[in-house]
Amino acid sequence: MSKTGLGKMILKIIVMVIILFVILGPLFGVVLWSFAMKWYWPHPIPQEMGLKYWSEVFHRGRVLDSILLSLEIACIVVGLSLIIASPAAYGFSRYRLPFEKILLVLFLMPQAFPQLPIFINIAAIFSHYHLTGNMWGIIFVHTMASLVFSVWIITATFRAIPEELEQVALNLGASRLRTFFTITLPLAVPGLIASAIFVFLWSMGEFTGAFFIGAPFIQTAPVMMYTAAMGYNMQTASVVALILMAPAIIFMVVIEKYLKAEYIAGLGG
Amino acid sequence: MATVVTKGLKKFYGDVHALDDVSLDIEEGTLLAVIGPSGSGKTTLLRSIAGFVKLDAGKIYLDGEDITHVPPEKRNISMFFQNYALWPHMTVYNNIAYGLRLRKYNKNEIAEKIRWVLQLLDIEGLEDRKPSQLSGGQQQRIALARAIVVEPKVLLLDEPLSNLDAKIRLRIRFEIKALQQKLRLTTLYVTHDQEEALSIADKVAIMHNGKILQIGDPQEIYTKPATLFVADFVGTNNVIEKKGYVRDGVKFVNLGKLVLQAPPNVDVNKVNIVFRADEVEIERRNEEIPGYDYRFDGTISGKLYMGFKFRYEVTVDDENKDIKVIVNSDKDFSIGDKIGVFLKKDKVFIF
Repeated sequence: MSKTGLGKMILKIIVMVIILFVILGPLFGVVLWSFAMKWYWPHPIPQEMGLKYWSEVFHRGRVLDSILLSLEIACIVVGLSLIIASPAAYGFSRYRLPFEKILLVLFLMPQAFPQLPIFINIAAIFSHYHLTGNMWGIIFVHTMASLVFSVWIITATFRAIPEELEQVALNLGASRLRTFFTITLPLAVPGLIASAIFVFLWSMGEFTGAFFIGAPFIQTAPVMMYTAAMGYNMQTASVVALILMAPAIIFMVVIEKYLKAEYIAGLGG
Repeated sequence: MATVVTKGLKKFYGDVHALDDVSLDIEEGTLLAVIGPSGSGKTTLLRSIAGFVKLDAGKIYLDGEDITHVPPEKRNISMFFQNYALWPHMTVYNNIAYGLRLRKYNKNEIAEKIRWVLQLLDIEGLEDRKPSQLSGGQQQRIALARAIVVEPKVLLLDEPLSNLDAKIRLRIRFEIKALQQKLRLTTLYVTHDQEEALSIADKVAIMHNGKILQIGDPQEIYTKPATLFVADFVGTNNVIEKKGYVRDGVKFVNLGKLVLQAPPNVDVNKVNIVFRADEVEIERRNEEIPGYDYRFDGTISGKLYMGFKFRYEVTVDDENKDIKVIVNSDKDFSIGDKIGVFLKKDKVFIF
């Protein structure tokens, strides 16, 4: 091996170790905490380990309920944001709309300012309309705030589909609606899935909005985790944290397996 | 099959005149080739007949019926896209079947028609492939099959051969011509390749800056170019710009010792002499070739071996020492040789 090759190799190993330490280090702590029955300073590992908190999480209503609630909210938010964002994104990608820039920036607004003041204000407004303390208030703000991701991602997806592919369909006699559903939409599937995953994960992990609008009457998983950690119940918080990570890992596998680069490359026409 | 008539089509993009008063007829069952440099408006013309361009003025008639405002999906005019525009998420079979399904044929009829068109274009056996698994030539045929299988009233071809390599291009030129004649398809063929257009078309139209400069059958375009642009665009040409003069009310221009009479409508300060590199002959200075009308002298200043011929750069013996012309010949000369260039009267155009 040449000298530069060896240097490169060492550099690579150092970088990998740092990455592993930064990413897996805290993760390892969380995993340990979720199994810890007794863990006092200064012991490097828990004195007593067990599955008590895991079984508690899956049996005790409150924790399980919060996870199911988060799942339910995330699924509905994904559906709503796809339904709203797809037509809007199609408009942005294919037509020159008046005030296009302003409209796109408008979608960016909920993410453009510090979250805390925004959600406190929204909570105040929502309480007039009985949208606080229930699922629909959270769904509303999550959908609104996630539109920025979905509109921008799906607009980029539609822009990447050559207009000729639609024009051929029109030319052969298909209506605009049929062209959209047989040509444009199938070709946009990778982008739609990417957007859906992104919105789902964002909704599952969102804390501020869910806290101010839902708590204390309903608790999503991140809010639950927060209250558990605040009460020094590190074990419950760790278990919820690990469960919240599961979807991200599942999606990574799904993307790897089904969204083949070849399919996405086909978008280039 | 049908006739297409356009009357006074206009389309402006800001200051750019993509179409500037374009009127033409495509007769039933014939192939009209539109040629011009890029940006001449030829693709805009094709796209407006397909219905994808919102015209500023003018009318389009199909079989006498005004289709100017008929949306593209209701015209039954098939367009072949330059980049083929095959749907990557569908198999070849489904690509071709798309238009047939819209026309409500049943399953058996669709299968029958697809078998017919695949056989016609000699591409059987590709039905289950995806477009990304096909070669460029195969993709080109699939796109063509998709366009003709629906039996359109008019076929529009946008640079159909431009993405193929030169050898296949020559062969497919014959095939497209044969196909068009066999099916008697009314066809508009857009290309930037003048040789391709002349060889394949029943009629040729030459476009420049959104205007049609000349329209006629290929021989007419080649032998009687109407303007300097047409003469220069068709064939490999020499264009010599010189100052002319008037004597006894007649305009003349000199090239070395050769005196040419110019038509009365030329601008005497800027006379263009045009002739093609293939339509002249050269011989040593002290010899003559019978049967030629004009002769001017020059010196060989460059030489390229082309395989079937030599291509010479000849510096003309003129008071302007910078005049160089290109001449193709099968005779072998060396650089520095003094030669005479011989021309025929009807092969020299003066504008």
